[in-house]
Amino acid sequence: MNGFLWNILLALAWAMMTAQFTLANLVVGFGIGFLILLFARRMVGLGHYPKKLRQAIELFFFFIWELIKSNLRLAHDVITPSHYMRPAIVAIPLDARSDLEITLLANMISLTPGTLSLDVSADRRVLYIHEMYVSDHDLEAVRRKIKDGFERRILELLR
Amino acid sequence: MSEWLAWILMTLGAAFLLLAGVGLFRMPDLYSRMQTATKGSTLGIALMLLGVAVYFDELGVTTRALLVIFFFFLTAPVAAHMLGRAAYILGVPLWEGTIGDELKGCYDKKTHRLEDPFSGSSSHGQSEGRS
Repeated sequence: MNGFLWNILLALAWAMMTAQFTLANLVVGFGIGFLILLFARRMVGLGHYPKKLRQAIELFFFFIWELIKSNLRLAHDVITPSHYMRPAIVAIPLDARSDLEITLLANMISLTPGTLSLDVSADRRVLYIHEMYVSDHDLEAVRRKIKDGFERRILELLR
Repeated sequence: MSEWLAWILMTLGAAFLLLAGVGLFRMPDLYSRMQTATKGSTLGIALMLLGVAVYFDELGVTTRALLVIFFFFLTAPVAAHMLGRAAYILGVPLWEGTIGDELKGCYDKKTHRLEDPFSGSSSHGQSEGRS
């Protein structure tokens, strides 16, 4: 996170030096700033930044992909006359501990169509979600999907 | 070129908003209705704003569009969570095709405090002794 702020500052500095505040120029500045941080990461104490940035980008595209995929499935179910859905409320044991981790996970689950986070237990160990497509009555598969998909990626990024 | 891209993005956005509206009628219970209504409209609005940003191609418009999308993505799930929770506590029935409800009986009737179903069993390995 710290590294990202530095990178943005470098991008802004680049835009000011070249006196062109366009989006393309800011992207160029961000790229150059990233290269600088890549070479100087040991000196400025941002050793993990390149890896974290890659994980953040991976999480972003994974999220977009899930968003499109599940939206199309839900759209198909809305348009066609019969219901294909097998909804269930599933309890997911959480490995995420801090407020930020749980909030990010719950928000991403809610934003992907087909899954909606309903509540977190009082001791913050279980997240309850409403899942629209449970295949073969297999609630374990839903748990595995969430834990291997969103939760693993979020924890890798934030820890 | 950018005009075509804006055209595509906005048409897609409008299509998703329409789908969200149709889904509101088509879905059988409150929870699945919320699924279509909240997500379809979030994606629809995001696509429309991206279309606006592409069409105007100005830094000011783009940053504002991205900020609106960001805050929309931040707040929509919170609203959905609160509505879903309130509905469940009030006892809004689930669709008869629902195949499982692991939340059943977990709420304290009076305080609405949510207990954790795994705390009694040791199957999930995370249950140290708690009251």
